[in-house]
Amino acid sequence: MTAAGDRLGPTLFERSRPGRGGGKIPHPPKDALSRIPADHLRTDGPHLPEVAEPELTRHYVNLSQLNYALDTGFYPLGSCTMKFNPKVNEWAARLPGFADLHPFAPDELAQGTLQLLWELEQALAEIGGMRAVTLQPAAGAQGELTGILMVRAYHRARGDFGRTEVLVPDSAHGTNPATASMAGFRTIEIPAAADGGIDLDGFRAHLGPTTAAVMITNPSTLGLFESRIGELLEAVHAAGALAYMDGANLNAIMGRFKPGEAGFDLMHINVHKTFSTPHGGGGPGAGPVGVGEKLLPFLPWPRVLREPDGTFRTERPGERPQSIGRMRAFAGSTGVLVRAYAYIRAHGAAGLREVSDDAVLAANYLKARLAGVLDIPFSRHCMHEFVASGATLKAQTGIRTLDVAKRLIDYGYHPPTIYFPLTVEEALLIEPTETEALETLDAFVAALRAIVDEAHNDPELLHSAPHSSPVRRLDETTAARQPNLRWRGMTGEQTPCPD
Amino acid sequence: MPYGPHTPEDRAAMLGAIGVASVDELFADIPAALRASELRLPPPETEAELADRLRRLAGRNRVDLVSFLGAGAYRHFVPAVVDQLLLRGEFYTAYTPYQPEISQGTLQTIYEYQSMMGELTGMDVVSASHYDGATATAEGALMTCRATHRERVLVSRGVHPHYRQTLCTYFGGADLVAEEIPLVADGPAAGTIDMAVLERMLADPDRPVAGVVVANPNFLGLLEPMAQAGRLAHAAGALFVSVVEPVSLAVLAAPASYGAEIACGEGQPLGIPLAYGGPYLGILACREALVRQIPGRLVGMTTDVDGRRAFVMTLRAREQDIRREKASSNICTNQALCALAASIYMAAIGPHGLRDVAALGAARAAELERALAESGAPRLHPGPYLNEFAVRVPNAPEVHRRLLARGVLAGLALAEVEPDDPSLADALLVCATEVTTADEIEVFAWALRDEIEQGRQLSLPGLADSRGGRAESGGRAETAGGHARHAIGDAR
Repeated sequence: MTAAGDRLGPTLFERSRPGRGGGKIPHPPKDALSRIPADHLRTDGPHLPEVAEPELTRHYVNLSQLNYALDTGFYPLGSCTMKFNPKVNEWAARLPGFADLHPFAPDELAQGTLQLLWELEQALAEIGGMRAVTLQPAAGAQGELTGILMVRAYHRARGDFGRTEVLVPDSAHGTNPATASMAGFRTIEIPAAADGGIDLDGFRAHLGPTTAAVMITNPSTLGLFESRIGELLEAVHAAGALAYMDGANLNAIMGRFKPGEAGFDLMHINVHKTFSTPHGGGGPGAGPVGVGEKLLPFLPWPRVLREPDGTFRTERPGERPQSIGRMRAFAGSTGVLVRAYAYIRAHGAAGLREVSDDAVLAANYLKARLAGVLDIPFSRHCMHEFVASGATLKAQTGIRTLDVAKRLIDYGYHPPTIYFPLTVEEALLIEPTETEALETLDAFVAALRAIVDEAHNDPELLHSAPHSSPVRRLDETTAARQPNLRWRGMTGEQTPCPD
Repeated sequence: MPYGPHTPEDRAAMLGAIGVASVDELFADIPAALRASELRLPPPETEAELADRLRRLAGRNRVDLVSFLGAGAYRHFVPAVVDQLLLRGEFYTAYTPYQPEISQGTLQTIYEYQSMMGELTGMDVVSASHYDGATATAEGALMTCRATHRERVLVSRGVHPHYRQTLCTYFGGADLVAEEIPLVADGPAAGTIDMAVLERMLADPDRPVAGVVVANPNFLGLLEPMAQAGRLAHAAGALFVSVVEPVSLAVLAAPASYGAEIACGEGQPLGIPLAYGGPYLGILACREALVRQIPGRLVGMTTDVDGRRAFVMTLRAREQDIRREKASSNICTNQALCALAASIYMAAIGPHGLRDVAALGAARAAELERALAESGAPRLHPGPYLNEFAVRVPNAPEVHRRLLARGVLAGLALAEVEPDDPSLADALLVCATEVTTADEIEVFAWALRDEIEQGRQLSLPGLADSRGGRAESGGRAETAGGHARHAIGDAR
């Protein structure tokens, strides 16, 4: 049963009482549906909750307070770039001119949004060193799929059907191999070299006439800049393959490295990371994709074009026959893109370069301060994030990285990403971002130091952490073995939890 | 940098702790030959300047027209409580609930979303959400191939054209086959799925069908014989996928009730702004038997070590970060905040409110049908519809354009999205919802009647060049529409 005095409340379905709520929508005439044959109509329900607005408001406000969020504290979740989400962006996306514009509005009614999208494409292309950008993909993973489908279309358009493989380093995000599979390719994972970087010989051994593309995250998921990237790009192109850059870590390199200039043929950008659009509890994001000259014809359809007279229009059906087609309905996640646009205009070139500089500075500072507290497997300067390891701590105390992470919750922090990359034992991937004050970083170091002390002196405290959170460690096994994925019925009373 | 906290002293302290003289040293791993050329972007703007720029850009969009446009994205009244609660930073500035102990807010709201969407669709399992209706439909179709180990899917031409195009892109990548089921050309079933052809397509023993995908209401607004289509699919060993509009499910039969194994669709009508196409909410739901095939996040109920009820992401072994190249999809995020908006919307208006939204839309649409028919634009198809339908208007794309100048967004000229279908060349797809008013319908009907009459006069021999009649009768509708003729043309 739910314990007394805790912070958990009933579900909406338990709050429901017949007859509550209402007053939002005018009543329709009684015969509104009489023209519709009965066999098309629903005979029962839907049994949705009936809740009055005061209680509804408390329900959601109380639920919100069970969340840890960027607006409540430090969120050093590696590879996720949890930077501050500016409030003016939220205001902008809600302006009626943006929010109420129908996606099928004719171009002449949509000039403001089309101009914004076009300018955003130009800005992202400049930042990435790319020729053009599509804003259509709905998320980073969909950007990857968009990119790899373009790779496929490119090779096929040249009559080259033998390229069936995509090479990725073994430290890659899981989306890379999953994307390659969705686009019909086989993935070959190449182990990293001893210094954590690309193993050139490993790649060269597999590059050849069957290679469609390599997918490289740079900086890598270890937070390291791939210093041998130039040689790799040469080898990739010599083999007739294309080089895809996973732009998940773009926040480290704005103004320092333009992937397109360096030789990457295409890349995706996670605007919810680098360009401050909110993560929203798991989405929505957006995953624009930039391409070089070779891939221009294959960009998803339709694109936004600027006419010689300065007006904007969307491409017409059939205008670019080699396009891979549509990745989703309508133009894209425009509401998200408004926020990314606002962020870029607020910064300008110098501001974005400073963002990357400060992100890298903060990560290196944390890394330097944590040396001696946790293992730091790669000692060279990191980019915007770095990997620490709890391997020694585990050997000495039996305390796992999972326990350290859970104990950080008691100290008021969101834990870093743990057990990723898969290639580092007991990994913690720590990304402070550029928007955290020095005193926040120092306090985080102090907390980790204290936790390591506890690991030696009071390990049970860590095994059973967290202690202060709304709930404690969960029974994930039962959740998976006997899944309860939805509520059924309106009980009108608090239901005992499952046994 | 507008949002950075670091003072010069802070930076100096950090550089000192690292042991470098300048931040440039931290970038030494970038080979000199590969360093970026100068970044060229417009200069930075203060928040005051930026707000002004954004207000002006938003102002260049025209959202003041009387609109009858739907076609997959719908205007609805959204109670104020929805956005007020969405603005809680604890919701929108959190990330994926990887640490369930401090993410119960997001997790419980997703579980409640899954439950409410399960109630609307009648399905056992609802994903925490996909990108939009198009990608959810593509993923639903891919599920049928994995579940049946077959490679051919039949998709009704009544499915939204963007969804069909997206499905086609996804299927091309997976080397799977998607074929279109045509719609009946005329007679009482015109505009709905052609059952005889579907039966023939399903009968090919050498090319077994994994799934049959049908939308209800379909893109033309018509109600499809879903039970019959489902029976045909099942008789051939195929799964039946229903593409739905969630508000309609307050009054229309739920997919599970007519035998669909998978339901997908666009959740935007549930309190999510139009926003020129997104972010929206991809609905994907299925029967329990398919739970291991469904891509995307799932949240389940469980307990913590103290026995407290709690929620957690579950059945994670389907997902890309665990299964990598063998995952059921590459999807990583969901549309959590959009799912939250939909949940708050549903809870705020309640079951009766949602029925009222659907029924009032149907009532307004019937008024619209009568008014347009009196103006000379009868329905194109005779079958039943809920709140959207196509009308026959000679030279529809041109009339649509002229009506813009009168302040009327006359739905969608179907030739714009289905240029290869001659039966839709002279058709407007129009919809009404609970926010459509009698005045708006009158404005539209007057303006349309005027345009149709002028079109008739212009098409008479010898009058092709006469503009006199236009100007004369145009005045009346201009008054009604409240906008000067050619206002749109001038804006270009």
